[in-house]
Amino acid sequence: MSDTLAKAPQSTKPARITFAERRRRVFDSDLWHAFKTSPVAIVSTALALVLIVAALLADVLAPQNAFDTAQLNLLDGYTHPLERGAGSGMLFFMGSDDQGRDIFSALFYGTRLSLLVGLASVVFSLVLGIALGLLAGYLGGRTETVIMRVADIQLSFPAILIALLVFGVARGLIAPQHYENTAIGVIIVAIGLSNWAQYARTVRASTLVERNKDYVQAARLMGISGFGIMARHVLPNVMGPVLVIATINLALAIIEEATLSFLGVGLPVTQPSLGTLIRSGQKFLLSGEWWILFFPALVLILLALSINLLGDWLRDALNPRLR
Amino acid sequence: MFAYLLRSLSQATLVMLAVAFIAFSMFRYVGDPVASLVGTEATIKDREELSRSLGLDDPFPIQFVRFLANAAQGDLGISYRQGRPVVDLILERLPATLELALLSAALAFIVGLGLGVYTALNRRGVLANIVMSLSLVGVSLPTFLIGVGLIFLFAVNLRWLPSFGRGETVAFGWWTTGLLTESGRKSLIMPVVTLGFYQLTLIMRLVRAQMLEVMRADYIRFARARGLTERTINFRHALRNTMVPVVTIAGLQLGSVIAFAIVTETVFNWPGLGALFVRSVEVVDIPVMAAYLMFVGLVFVVVNLVVDLLYFALDPRLRGATAVPAR
Repeated sequence: MSDTLAKAPQSTKPARITFAERRRRVFDSDLWHAFKTSPVAIVSTALALVLIVAALLADVLAPQNAFDTAQLNLLDGYTHPLERGAGSGMLFFMGSDDQGRDIFSALFYGTRLSLLVGLASVVFSLVLGIALGLLAGYLGGRTETVIMRVADIQLSFPAILIALLVFGVARGLIAPQHYENTAIGVIIVAIGLSNWAQYARTVRASTLVERNKDYVQAARLMGISGFGIMARHVLPNVMGPVLVIATINLALAIIEEATLSFLGVGLPVTQPSLGTLIRSGQKFLLSGEWWILFFPALVLILLALSINLLGDWLRDALNPRLR
Repeated sequence: MFAYLLRSLSQATLVMLAVAFIAFSMFRYVGDPVASLVGTEATIKDREELSRSLGLDDPFPIQFVRFLANAAQGDLGISYRQGRPVVDLILERLPATLELALLSAALAFIVGLGLGVYTALNRRGVLANIVMSLSLVGVSLPTFLIGVGLIFLFAVNLRWLPSFGRGETVAFGWWTTGLLTESGRKSLIMPVVTLGFYQLTLIMRLVRAQMLEVMRADYIRFARARGLTERTINFRHALRNTMVPVVTIAGLQLGSVIAFAIVTETVFNWPGLGALFVRSVEVVDIPVMAAYLMFVGLVFVVVNLVVDLLYFALDPRLRGATAVPAR
C-alpha cells in the first residue's frame, strides 16, 4: 500500500526513476515512518497478510480439499474440534460438519472466495467511480449534474439493498442453467454497483480543486488533451483519499458479500464463501454444533476488522491535520 | 420558508419519479410478463392478444404513465409466485417491519447520543476509550453475526428469549403490535438490539466527532471566558450545535434501518417486509421487488423531507433565509 502511494505522484515525471531510488523513497517516506511506529497498523497488516497468504495457498495448505466430495467420509460427520474423526481417523482441528468436511480446510477456500469477490468488486467500483468522478469534475455542466444526481440516489440507498436489486434483476435476465457459473460475476457486479458513488464524489471534489491549479493550465497550454490531463496529472493527485476509501470499502465489500451469501442470494453452496459457510452453519447452531458456524464467523470478523483498522490508520496517517 | 419547502418537495418528486422509473423498467423488461401469466399451452395468438389487452403494445411513455397512475391508486400488480395483489402482501407485513425499525431507531438515537456526548466530554477516560474500541468492533461486525450470536447466547444457551417470530400479537384493525403481550415484547428484544446496534455505533461516533469539533470553536472559548458553567456550555452551546448534522444523519439512518431490516428479519424469521423482499429476490418475483423498491424510495423521500424541515427547528439562522443547507 505504501508502495503505490509513494510512487503515484512520480509517475508523471519524464525521467526514469531507478528501482533503488524508488525503494529509498518508499522507506524514507512519512507514511513508512508512521507505519513503523504504529503497533495497530503492524498487527493488523500482519493479520491481513496471514489470511491473504492462507487464501492464496489454499490448495497447498488445506489438509483436505473440502469441496471434493470423494475425499469426504460421512463417518467423520459432526466431529468436535481437536478430535479425531470416527471414519478416517484424521485430526479435525476445528471440527467437521454433517458431511465430514473439515471446517479448517473449508476456511481456506472460503476466505479465498470472500477475498476474491471483495477485491474484484472494489476494483470494479473504483474504476467506475474514478472514471465518472473525473468526467463530472473535469467536464462539468450537464454531464456533471446527471452523474452526481445518480450518485446521490445510490448513496441514499443502503448498499445491501442495491446489491439485492441488481442481483434479483440479473437473475431474472440470466437463464437458470447458467446461473451457477455466473454467480461470482453477478455478485461482484452487484456489490460493485452499490459502492461506486463515494469514489465519484471524492474524485469529483478533488478534480474541481485541481482543475484550476496552475499546473493543469500549463498542461493545457502545452496542448495535452483533456483526457491526458485527467489521467496523468489530475488522477495521481486525487489518489490518496481514494485509496483510504478503497481500503475501508474492501472490508465493507467482504461483509456485504458475506451478508448476501448468508441471506441465500449470494454464492451457491458448491462455491462457499465465508458467508455461505456461516449460513450452512446456522442450522446446526440450535442443536449445539457451534463450531460449524463459529470458526467461519471468527475468520470473517478478523478479516474485516484487520482491514478496517488498516483503513482507519491509513486515513489518519494521510491526514496532515492529525499529525 | 415557502420557497424552500417547494424546492424540497419538487426534489422529492423527482427522486420518486426516478425510483418509479427503475421499478417500471424492472417490471417491464426483466422476465416476460406475458409468459408469467399464460399457461404453457398458449399459442402465439393468445400471447399477442394478452399482450394487447395488458397494453404492452403501447409506446413506452404511455405505459410508464399508466404504471404511475396505477401505483398512485395503490395497484402495484400481482405477485408472480403468490398470485395475490402486491399491495396486500406489503400492507400485511408493514406493521411488523415498522415496529421493529422505529424501536431500533429510537434505541440507536437515544443510546448513541448519550454515549457520544459521554465519550466526547471524557475524552481521556478509561470507560470512554473502552466504549470507543468496542464501537470499532461493532462497525466491523456484520449485522447477521450479531443476531446469530445473540440467538446462540440468549435463545440456545440461556433459553431466556425466543429465537424467531413475533410472538403473540394484538390486532387493531389492519395494524398489529407485539408490544402488548409478554411473548411479543420478549420477541422484540433481540431483533431490535441487532438492528439498532450498527446505527448506534454510527450515531455515537458522529456525535463524539462533532462535539469535539464544536468544543474547539471560538464561541465555546468565549462562553468559558464569560464564566458560564460547564453544564451550560456543554449542553446549551456545544450539544445544540452538534445536533444539526446529527439529526440529518440520524434521520437518514431511519430509512436505512428499514432497509437493513432485510438482514435482521431473515436472521430472526421476522414476518416483515425485508423477509418478503429477500424471498422475492430468491424466486425472482419482479412485482414484489419493484414494489418494495418503490416503498423504500417513498420512505427515504419522506424522511428526507422531514429532516429538511427539522433544520428550521434546530438552526435559527436558516429561518427566513432561502439557502438550502448542505447535506
